[in-house]
Amino acid sequence: MLLPHHESPLVTHHRSLITDFMELTELQIQRYSRQIILSEVGGKGQMKLSKAKVLLIGAGGLGSPAGLYLAAAGVGTIGLVDGDVVDLSNLQRQIMHSTATVGMPKVESGRKTLSAINPEITIKTYHQNVDSDNILALVSEYDIVLDGSDNFSTRFLVNDACFFAKKTLISASMFRFEGQLTTIKPHAGYPCYRCLYPEPPPAGLVPNCQEAGVLGVLAGTMGILQASEAIKEILGIGETMADRLMIYDALEMKFRKVRRPKDPACPLCGENPKIKDLSMDYVVSCTI
Amino acid sequence: MIKVRIPTPLRPLTKGQGEVDAQATSITEMIDSLNSAHPGIKDRLCDDTGELRRFVNIYVNEEDIRFLKGKETSLKDGDEVSIVPAIAGGSSCQA
Repeated sequence: MLLPHHESPLVTHHRSLITDFMELTELQIQRYSRQIILSEVGGKGQMKLSKAKVLLIGAGGLGSPAGLYLAAAGVGTIGLVDGDVVDLSNLQRQIMHSTATVGMPKVESGRKTLSAINPEITIKTYHQNVDSDNILALVSEYDIVLDGSDNFSTRFLVNDACFFAKKTLISASMFRFEGQLTTIKPHAGYPCYRCLYPEPPPAGLVPNCQEAGVLGVLAGTMGILQASEAIKEILGIGETMADRLMIYDALEMKFRKVRRPKDPACPLCGENPKIKDLSMDYVVSCTI
Repeated sequence: MIKVRIPTPLRPLTKGQGEVDAQATSITEMIDSLNSAHPGIKDRLCDDTGELRRFVNIYVNEEDIRFLKGKETSLKDGDEVSIVPAIAGGSSCQA
């Protein structure tokens, strides 16, 4: 690794504050100096980030801002899974993509953007939709999963897969001007997504974003909050969102948090679970 | 008076209002009161048997009524009720 020719006094000062930086290169110390000097991060935290593996399910409205900040923060391995190609109508909110990448698989467009921000990290791409046959193998390779999917069938599938694989899931969703965010880690004693919403809405009752619309910048807010929670989980700092649901109303600029208890009757993580594997028909049971 | 937070998907029924007032001593009364002022809202919250739909949560202050007394959960002046339906928008990655 080439050393920078001139080191600013600030970098020298930051370096002097680091007690555990031996595994970081000079350029990494320079790149991440603004967060390494935070006592909650430090050299040890930066190493945790560089060893972390985060899977983004959906490289769209939520996955874009989450991916940008996770890459910038130095999360060592980021997986992008999405079967779509970039469409002009995506660009209003899916900021990982650009006019030049319209028609390109979103995961490839995303890889280009994230690698340009941070060439030191590994970007793995999966140009496919998740289903009950492939999801367990996918999530098993990662430490943390961010769900940015746009339909209930995928959300229930991702929840169940992360439960069986014992992976922490950061879930965010949005609708018009409203967003929801929670962290799901039943393997640590917290509730799962089915504890929050036992069943998806029946077909046709709830319009999706394509039908109802969504404020582009709302995707940014929610995706960045997902990235923030993911970084907190990796570092083990701050207050977890695993027993809370956050609801954001962009029109009224209000954030609310409600309690999210574990449901003893939950069919997945409750006292007498009925769901033992991923063999149910998620599409039929959850299509909207 | 109870303050009721209306989620985005139900605001067409409240003429766009994100917060409405209701006079009620229980969730059941609150739903009936809301339905009188904003017809159609009860059908969105309850199924044909009158039970709360399983993808709609109602919170009194910060607590989910499923873990209190359900629709019989009592309300008092100053309580804030939040109606929170499941929403799924994010990207596209269909199962």
